[in-house]
Amino acid sequence: MIRTALLVAGKDLRIERRSRVLLWQVLPFGVMALVLSGLALGPAHAGNSSAGPGLFYLVMLLVTLLMINRSQVIEGSSGTRTSVATLGLDPAGVFLGKALALAVELWITGVVVLAGAVLLLHTALVGSAEALPSVLVILAALAAAGTLYGALSGGGQGPATLLPVLSFPAFAPLLIAGERSYSDALHGGSLWQWWLISLVALVAYLGIGILLYGVLEES
Amino acid sequence: MIKQLSQRLLGPVTLALLALTFWLGLWVTPPDRIQGNLVRLLYIHPAIAWVGLYVSFGTSVIASCLYLWKRTRSTIMDRVAYCAMEVSAIFITLTLITGSIWGRPTWGVWWAWDARLTSTAILLVFALGYLALRRANDDPELRARRSAVFAIIAAINVPIDHFSVDWWHTLHQGATVFTQNGNFLVHGSMLWTLFLSLFAFTLLFFWLLRARYRLEVLRDQRYAASLDEALAQRRREGVH
Repeated sequence: MIRTALLVAGKDLRIERRSRVLLWQVLPFGVMALVLSGLALGPAHAGNSSAGPGLFYLVMLLVTLLMINRSQVIEGSSGTRTSVATLGLDPAGVFLGKALALAVELWITGVVVLAGAVLLLHTALVGSAEALPSVLVILAALAAAGTLYGALSGGGQGPATLLPVLSFPAFAPLLIAGERSYSDALHGGSLWQWWLISLVALVAYLGIGILLYGVLEES
Repeated sequence: MIKQLSQRLLGPVTLALLALTFWLGLWVTPPDRIQGNLVRLLYIHPAIAWVGLYVSFGTSVIASCLYLWKRTRSTIMDRVAYCAMEVSAIFITLTLITGSIWGRPTWGVWWAWDARLTSTAILLVFALGYLALRRANDDPELRARRSAVFAIIAAINVPIDHFSVDWWHTLHQGATVFTQNGNFLVHGSMLWTLFLSLFAFTLLFFWLLRARYRLEVLRDQRYAASLDEALAQRRREGVH
C-alpha cells in the first residue's frame, strides 16, 4: 500500500512540476484571493484585523477546491482510470498517494499564503510561525477529505459545481479548528484542543478513504 | 394478515397520536413557570429533531452500510437510504425553523452562531448534498455506491452535533429531560406529552418513509417501462 501511495504521489507531483499549474495558476490565485479579502474588509481595517486567520483559511479552502479539481482532471484523462484498474493497484494506496500529493501542493501554497497574510494583513510573524504546524495538519486533513470528495463528485453531471456542495460541510469543522488554532497562536492561547480536533479529522478521513476509496473507483 | 393490517393502520394511528399530542400540548399541559406558553413549542421541536437528526439520518446511514456490504447489497437498501435521507432533510429544516421561532423570544435573535445550531445547519447541508449527488449520477449502481459512501462520511457529523452542547457550552441548553444521574427534570403531563410526541413523530417518519419508498418503486417502474418503450420504438424504426 505504501509503495503504491509513493508511486501515485510521485506521478501526480511530477505532472504538476511539468505542467507548472501550481506555480502559474494556483499560487497567484491564492495571493489574489488574499488581496481581495483585504479589500472586502476595507483598506482601513485589513491590517491587524482579527479576521486574518479566518481569511487565511477561507483562501486555503478555495485553493483546495481548485487543487481537488486539478487532481481529478489528471485522473480523468483518457485511459488513466482503466490503466490504474488494469494494473491492479491497491485502491487504498492510490487514495493515500493522491492525498499525499494534494497535501504537498497545499503545504507549498499554504506557506506562500501564510507569508502573504503576514505581509498584507499584518498578522504577527511569530504567531504565524507558531501556527504553522497546526496549519500543516489541517491542510493534510483537507487533502485527505478533498481526495475523497473529488472521487465522489467526479464523472457525474457538473462535478465542478457539485464538489463545493459536497465538501464544504465537511470542511467547515476544519475551518473552525484552523481559525481557532491560528487565533490562539497569535494571542498566546492554548492550542492543544484544536490540534486534537484536527488530528482526529485527519485520522478519520484517512481511515474512511483507505476503507472506501476502492468502492468509489469500482467499475 | 397482521402485516397488511399494520400497514393500513399506520397512517390513521399516526394522525390520531399527532392530534393527541397537539391537544395535550396546546390545551391540557400547563404553561411553564419561566417560559410561559412558549414551552408548548417544545412538545414538537425535540421530537422533530429526534426524527431528523437521529431516526431518519440513522436509517439512511444503516441502509447505506448494508448496501455497501456485498452480502446485503440490494436496490431495496439504496431506496431506503435515499428516501430516509429525503425525510431527514425535511425534518432537519423543520428543526431549524421551530428552533428559530423559539429562539427569537428566548434569546432575542432568530439565529445565533451557537455550536448546536451551526452543526445542525451543517448536517442539513450534508443531507442536501446527498440529494444533489443522487441527481448528478445517471448510472443507478454508481449513484447508489457514491451516495452510500457520502452518507457514511456525513454520519461523522451526527455525534458532533449531539455532543456539541457538552463540548462547547454555547447558547443552546444541554440535556433538559434527564439529569446526569438519569433523574427526570420534567414531570407530570408535560413529561408524558413529550414522550407521546417522540413516539408520534417516530411513527410519522415510518409512515412517510413507506409512502416515499412506494413512490420510488413506481418511479423506477415507470423509468423501466419508458426505456422498454423507447427500445421498441427504435426497433420499429429499424424495420421500416
